[in-house]
Amino acid sequence: MIVEVGHYALVLAFALSLVLSVIPIWGVVARDGVLMGTARPVALVMAALVAVSFVALTAAYVTSDFSVVNVVQNSHSAKPLVYKISGVWSNHEGSMLLWVLILAVFAAAVAVRGSGMPQRLLAGVLGAQGAVAAAFLAFILVTSNPFARLSPAPFEGQGLNPLLQDPGLAIHPPLLYLGYVGFSIAFSFAVGALIEGRIDAVWARFVRPWTLVAWIFLTLGISMGSYWAYYELGWGGWWFWDPVENASLMPWLAGTALLHSTVVMEKRDALKVWTILLSILTFSLSLIGTFLVRSGVLTSVHAFATDPTRGTFILAILIIFIGGSLALFAWRAPMLRQGGIFAPVSREGALVLNNLFLAASCATVFVGTLYPLALEAVTGWLDPANPAKISVGAPFFNLTFLPLAIPLLLAVPFGQSLAWKRGDLLGVAQRLVTAGVLAVLVTVAVLAVTWGGPVAAPLGIGLGAWLILGSLTEIVTRSRPAGGFFASGNLGKALSRAAGLPRSAWGTALAHAGIGLTVIGIAATAWGVERIVTMKPGETVDLGGYQVRLDGVAPRNGPDYRETVARLVVLDGSKVLGTLEPGKRIFAARNMPTSEAGLLTVGLGQVYASVAEIESDGRAGLRLYWKPLVLLIWLGSVVMALGGGLSLLDRRVRLGAPVRSRAPAAVPAE
Amino acid sequence: MTVRAPRRLPALLLAAVLGAASLAPAFAVQPDEILADPKLEGRARQLSAELRCLVCQNQSIDDSDAPLARDLRLVVRDKLKSGASDQEVRDFLVARYGEFVLLKPSFSGKNLILWLAPFAVLLAGGALVWTNARKRAVLAGASAPLTAEEQAELDKVLRKEG
Repeated sequence: MIVEVGHYALVLAFALSLVLSVIPIWGVVARDGVLMGTARPVALVMAALVAVSFVALTAAYVTSDFSVVNVVQNSHSAKPLVYKISGVWSNHEGSMLLWVLILAVFAAAVAVRGSGMPQRLLAGVLGAQGAVAAAFLAFILVTSNPFARLSPAPFEGQGLNPLLQDPGLAIHPPLLYLGYVGFSIAFSFAVGALIEGRIDAVWARFVRPWTLVAWIFLTLGISMGSYWAYYELGWGGWWFWDPVENASLMPWLAGTALLHSTVVMEKRDALKVWTILLSILTFSLSLIGTFLVRSGVLTSVHAFATDPTRGTFILAILIIFIGGSLALFAWRAPMLRQGGIFAPVSREGALVLNNLFLAASCATVFVGTLYPLALEAVTGWLDPANPAKISVGAPFFNLTFLPLAIPLLLAVPFGQSLAWKRGDLLGVAQRLVTAGVLAVLVTVAVLAVTWGGPVAAPLGIGLGAWLILGSLTEIVTRSRPAGGFFASGNLGKALSRAAGLPRSAWGTALAHAGIGLTVIGIAATAWGVERIVTMKPGETVDLGGYQVRLDGVAPRNGPDYRETVARLVVLDGSKVLGTLEPGKRIFAARNMPTSEAGLLTVGLGQVYASVAEIESDGRAGLRLYWKPLVLLIWLGSVVMALGGGLSLLDRRVRLGAPVRSRAPAAVPAE
Repeated sequence: MTVRAPRRLPALLLAAVLGAASLAPAFAVQPDEILADPKLEGRARQLSAELRCLVCQNQSIDDSDAPLARDLRLVVRDKLKSGASDQEVRDFLVARYGEFVLLKPSFSGKNLILWLAPFAVLLAGGALVWTNARKRAVLAGASAPLTAEEQAELDKVLRKEG
């Protein structure tokens, strides 16, 4: 019964999404306030209905209702509760439902917070959001119904794919989708503005918080996914340039560019047309990512061809929305009034440079991901017997992406310190001298200490130090009291000045420093140590200054799996630092072995162990790694997200917040 | 009891959608494969990282635990031991498996677009920004000189005022 209620709610939500995508926009065109007024209530009810549907599916999972096909295929009665819940979005149907739920909730959030927005813009935005919802609800109902029943109901489910039975899975997809789908708001704002034919700094002020929210979630989602792959896949890689990862990196790069261009638009009323285009492109890349992952086209072109229903459906959605919005853009954008003049050397100019490099690096990822598919399709069409098949992997991306990323990172502290309208490059350089000299000193010192090791690592660490110090320079400069820091009583004055700086200034500094941390973590991977060994119990091996001893091998049982673990002790001389228990697991429901890495954090580095083979005589084939500073890779991204959060709390950004000076930050903006 | 429900989506995709690179936990290089000469072994690892495991999803043979990947790792090491250069090993594998085996596509004819696109986008974007800035500077400066008629008009007005 609950399952049918969920299905029915989904159908009703689809009907409402059609209403939402037609009536309010009709109102905009006909200048009818009543029609436009329907947007808010309809968006709210639609979100509630999708939520009901999602809760119904979750209930089926929690109660292990094996009369539902989806539950049978992805759940098992012995599964811990948290994995029963996360199992809802571990599969195609459920994750599409989560996708639409987030889309609808974002629309509802705009409806709730939109009281201060011009009615025409609000109606346009919600209308566009409704159209996207309609397309994906239709997709679910037609091709991917999660509520399909099965008769007779089996006694037990097939269990969740063991790799996905992990806390990482519970958090990663929702975060990623909040980011992906969050950019739909920027898209809808762009479409709304194009329909209305008006765009100004106020538009940017409305759209910026939503872009920030989406960016924060996407940053955390990508980072979480990277950490999950790191500990789950058994050899400690953290980024693979896999098409699926690229699918989430592309909207991130475009979204980061968008975040920066909306600042220019908000402050200086410039870059309007570009910002609109970027809003469209960012969400288009999210859609393309969804298509790549969902259609099966990545596994192989043939997998797509054998079951093309879903792929073709999403492809149609892609063409309609990307094509439609770009056509709307081509038609209406020339009518938008250009504003804001600036000199090439200025904050605006620097942000244009930022956008240029981010767009180029995004294009690199795009071409690298899709070129093999395009080449195979084109050559296969010309000569069906002999299509050209190539692979594009990490070596390609390292050669093309890094040359674009490094100059951008080097320029970040300059851009941050330049003044609006007309900047003084020489003055900025003078202010950054201290940071620059310190960064060079760090590089030289690290190079000297690690002489004979890889050269790229000290250079990378220098770049990271430059980003961190350069970002903080802005804060230091702006809080410098007249007379310098060291005149009597001035230190306190400087501190209170620093505390009084806008939160967005701190947010920018923090986010940029976060990139610096990540860069340092990445650079330090060059110092990693790897040992591939077969060990007898009692044997000890050296690992990057530490020692690892195998104490023994033992079987162990979990709730729905059996496991063989190798017990390892990590030593620093005679001091025991901790134990590791990497293992091999066999899940009862799927009889498939997985490896569980053992991790021991030492400072910011980690000792990482995974089991390759356990032999009958008690010997264990092991892969051991020492990964210095590796945690910085993910900590850096958390710091970036925190920086984004601080910007979100800035008084200017908070939508509809009462303008009270010194207002406590109790209610964070959405 | 088995369920006859259709399983349309390969399990692989499930993992893939969630950001994992592949399903199989990778055990890649095994202790018995490692060459005695650390220099040769270093070259073998470097090379393996650039060669695709043909039966995997975007994994190099260095990362993969598929039996085929192991065979290829052994082939690479055999070739190196018998004195082949890195390029000779690559050429041998391309002749056998096609260019699909290289994770870094060759810089040639059909791949030119791939290699040049990133920098072409950067240059084209830069050119666009530059021309736009020039156009704007002209608009902004209002520095377009007055035509003779306008100048005459202006002079007339100024004389009247004066």
